[in-house]
Amino acid sequence: MIKYSKDHEWIRVDGDQGVVGISDYAQESLGDIVFVELPEVGASFSSKDEVAVVESVKAASEIYTPVGGEITAVNKDLAGDLSLVNSSPMEGGWFYKIKISDLSELDRLMDEAAYNKYVETLS
Amino acid sequence: METPENLKKTPLFNLHAELGGKMVPFAGYNMPVQYPMGVMKEHLHTRAAAGLFDVSHMGQAFLRARGDQDIGKLFERLVPGNIAGLKPGQLRYTLLLNNTGGIMDDLMVTRHEDKDNTLFLVVNAACKEQDFAHIRDKFKDEADLEIFNGRGLIALQGPEAETVLSRLWNGSANLKFMQARGVDILGYECFISRSGYTGEDGFEISVPGEGAEDLVRALLAFDEVKAIGLGARDSLRLEAGLCLYGHDLDEGTSPVEADLVWTIAKARRKTGDFPGAGRILKELEEGAARKRVGIKPLGRALAREGTEISDQEGSKIGVITSGGFGPSFGGPVAMGYVASAHSATGTRVGLLVRGKMLEGEVYALPFVKQDYKR
Repeated sequence: MIKYSKDHEWIRVDGDQGVVGISDYAQESLGDIVFVELPEVGASFSSKDEVAVVESVKAASEIYTPVGGEITAVNKDLAGDLSLVNSSPMEGGWFYKIKISDLSELDRLMDEAAYNKYVETLS
Repeated sequence: METPENLKKTPLFNLHAELGGKMVPFAGYNMPVQYPMGVMKEHLHTRAAAGLFDVSHMGQAFLRARGDQDIGKLFERLVPGNIAGLKPGQLRYTLLLNNTGGIMDDLMVTRHEDKDNTLFLVVNAACKEQDFAHIRDKFKDEADLEIFNGRGLIALQGPEAETVLSRLWNGSANLKFMQARGVDILGYECFISRSGYTGEDGFEISVPGEGAEDLVRALLAFDEVKAIGLGARDSLRLEAGLCLYGHDLDEGTSPVEADLVWTIAKARRKTGDFPGAGRILKELEEGAARKRVGIKPLGRALAREGTEISDQEGSKIGVITSGGFGPSFGGPVAMGYVASAHSATGTRVGLLVRGKMLEGEVYALPFVKQDYKR
């Protein structure tokens, strides 16, 4: 299952494990990514907390975690190749993995069809 | 407020749309910030081959003396540079100064080779109305200002620029850095200078508005040339250590503070016959309280305009005025003003980014070696 936030983060969910990244729309709007600051593994956050920062040639953007929980991993590949966020935002360009503390928070997020509709209203 | 409806368009507006340019408001114009290639690739392409920029939003004008007085000598009333000594066909970077020695604008001044007692001026888009009003006010009946609204100005920059331009004009190899010439290209009366704003070799071509699109299409037809937006123009000039007016320079800032002492002609330091000479000569003698320097953030995070600079104890010593990512430098780059006591190359500084103090150091500009054909 994949869900999206209005801030353009996606979360792919398997049981209580989630993988989070930014959407294709987000990477396209940001442009070339030049810096990503990821959270510490083991840190806990509530939903909508700022967990990461992504900077493009144009601007810095905060990343808000779509659900609360504990960070279990971060994408170490990004340290070597930030262009993954632009070239593969939904796969190789993921940001972090999170152990979701309250699965019901997922209900507040959009499914793919709803997100695509939402994005259409933005352009 | 700037809305897409009341923004001005350059003669290349339709072409930008056709090329997929992402348009943004800039100095009252609707300008391409990037094309589909993206800022990073556009930047690197310019340093590797040739980039083509629409800079038609900038102000272009002739200033012609009415009487026998030399126009260069007259213009020295407004700027600290040696303009009287400009040879025909030579251009120079100089500064319009106010009476307190602050910088009203930075500009390029060419002594026209063919037109008698005439300077060609290129000023910043955001300042042009104010600059031209100032110039008219200062010269009244001594000189005539002919403003070229609607004329195109394009920059062709990069190591392949000379080769590419030679296919349209066989004189490109003979024009040296900071020289300019009137040339007929594709039947249009152009005015070409070997100059630019990227740190690369290159040319700026003033072209009649009706010929701008033809000329740009002819240049873009060559494989080496890609259209480049304002985003890459900014990162290119920042790596080259060049100032952006309104950010790195403003009306409160003197040429000494801005580390543009080289623009103050030696002879004129003796005569002191330029606006704000009192302050500027004093600063030349005693040093200014603050100075523009390059700042290299030591980590990967960017230090953008407005970032506070502190000493190692955490006391504020200055502010970043331009900052971003340097694609050719391969990391973050910035420039800003610091208290002169902290301006030596290699001085460690703190950069307050998103509430955290990051490490940076004062770095000798430019970040990327300039490659001019002198």
